[in-house]
Amino acid sequence: MKVNAKGQQKKQKSGKNRKRMKHLELYSMLIIPLIYFAVFKYLPMVGTVAAFKEYNIFAGLLGSPWAGLKHFNEVFHSHEFYSALKNTIILNLGELLITFPFPIALAVILNEMRSEKYKKVTQTIMYLPHFLSMVIIAGIVYQVFASSGIVNNVLALFGADPINFMGDPGKWRAIYWGSSIWMGAGYGMIVYLAAMAGVNVELYDAAYIDGAGRWKRIWHVTLPQLKPTIVIMLIMNVGKILSISFERPYLLGNVMVNDVSTVISTYVYSIGLQAGRYDFATAVGLFQSVVALVMVLAANWIAKKMGEEGII
Amino acid sequence: MNAKFEKNNSPFQIFLWIFFGLVIIVTLLPIMHIVAMSFSGKEAIMKGDVGIFPKDFTLEAYAMVFRNRGIVHSLFFSIILTLVSAVLSTFVTILAAYPLSKSFLKGKTFFMAVITITMYVNAGMVPDYLLIKEMNLLNTVWVLLFPGLISAFNLIILRSFFAGINNALFEAAYIDGCSEWKCLFKVAIPLSLPSIFTIMLFYAVARWNNISDVLYYINDSNLYTLQYQLKLMLDTLSLPYEYGEIVQHVTPENVKSSTVVFSMVPMLIVYPFVQKYFTKGVMIGGVKE
Repeated sequence: MKVNAKGQQKKQKSGKNRKRMKHLELYSMLIIPLIYFAVFKYLPMVGTVAAFKEYNIFAGLLGSPWAGLKHFNEVFHSHEFYSALKNTIILNLGELLITFPFPIALAVILNEMRSEKYKKVTQTIMYLPHFLSMVIIAGIVYQVFASSGIVNNVLALFGADPINFMGDPGKWRAIYWGSSIWMGAGYGMIVYLAAMAGVNVELYDAAYIDGAGRWKRIWHVTLPQLKPTIVIMLIMNVGKILSISFERPYLLGNVMVNDVSTVISTYVYSIGLQAGRYDFATAVGLFQSVVALVMVLAANWIAKKMGEEGII
Repeated sequence: MNAKFEKNNSPFQIFLWIFFGLVIIVTLLPIMHIVAMSFSGKEAIMKGDVGIFPKDFTLEAYAMVFRNRGIVHSLFFSIILTLVSAVLSTFVTILAAYPLSKSFLKGKTFFMAVITITMYVNAGMVPDYLLIKEMNLLNTVWVLLFPGLISAFNLIILRSFFAGINNALFEAAYIDGCSEWKCLFKVAIPLSLPSIFTIMLFYAVARWNNISDVLYYINDSNLYTLQYQLKLMLDTLSLPYEYGEIVQHVTPENVKSSTVVFSMVPMLIVYPFVQKYFTKGVMIGGVKE
């Protein structure tokens, strides 16, 4: 009896040791990743105090004197900042209104295709532009709309004079959105195609037996089944209205359309990294990240309220 | 599948064939145009005759691209950088994903929160730059490898893969006396090779296409990536090279187009393969636990 109990105890103890050992091993794996997140993700967050300092290169970040809200005051009185803010919202809003429906419509029609092989070929080709770098996209867009480009060549056949597409603010915006359809609509379909692949086939059978034609089946079966995906994508896109990538407006933009192509990210780049006004640029960036974060959280909250899953 | 009620040759199916044929043409047209442009002669380009097929076929523009040491060097640099970066990033992502896939790990929720937050909150361009500067990483190859080492998104995908592995396999390995490190290399990794490979491709494509870090942090032409060299080339409005008489036969559009095509080729070669894994990965990324 006694021996047995001792054995049990020993076993338990070794079990505990083994568990501790396992934890040590697992934590040892986490060391490098955690150092990475601490150094490259969290340490820069400390660096945002630059927004509240009078940054001096020689004194460094910590040695520089405090400036309070001076930079924010300047940001909110800066005409350039409001211009960048306005452009960010216009470009994103246009993107939302113009390019958002394309992947949905294309995916719904593609789903009607009977030949699986042709469907696959279509998808493969339509995804291609997504994998090209933004530099290549910009290079192609500039060439297509150049004075010697294919668009002007075709216009010339109808006797039109060459048009300077990339140098005209209105046309530039249209090209910004249009190129987004070209490079993103195909890849954007994936989410919707996946959602449609998950639709229960019996729903279609039932609709068919009830005498619903093709369009009725799309309207009453496919689209309602896609609704959650569409709603969540829409809400998330609304939430991202203040976040804009750097590369696309930067590479597509040029001197002639600066007034409409300068967005917050490119503005921060030019005053911060190029002109060296680190403190002021940090303040602009901080304002944008905070507002953008609040909007994404709000969008997520709304999505959850509406009974959707949300992303966070 | 709604389409199953259709006949293969119904008018609507034929309409779809034509419609998507047009979509494919629109998708490929700009690419064909730039390829045509890169092979066309000066006269045809100036006259505005080039559409989607080359006119006055010439390789002069390509001769200039290949004679440009910077671009050829950056091609090799980019290939090596992409391979190293993808392998390194994938390895470190595995190191994070495996322990976090263990439900019994203490502090798991905390670690996951720390990681997920970075998907939605970032310090911004300037604080990142100041940090790199303070660490003396400007103009080093490290700055192209470390700041983007782990993507929280990829980490979460890989973690759900690991979490999906049958626990009995690990239990068996524990009984055989395997440590967690051994379990990782002998059980978890061999069982999820396709997923690990997908993640590696995610990293490789992102590294290959990225230019902003080179733009922000690099000022040394030895460390320019191919995409960045292309950007520099496209920025110069006039002819960037002086090669004597050859300049007479080419136009800036010609050289720019051939450089774009040159930079596009590596991606086009691996594309069919990348595409297959990518779409799978995106689907899996959408599936939450």
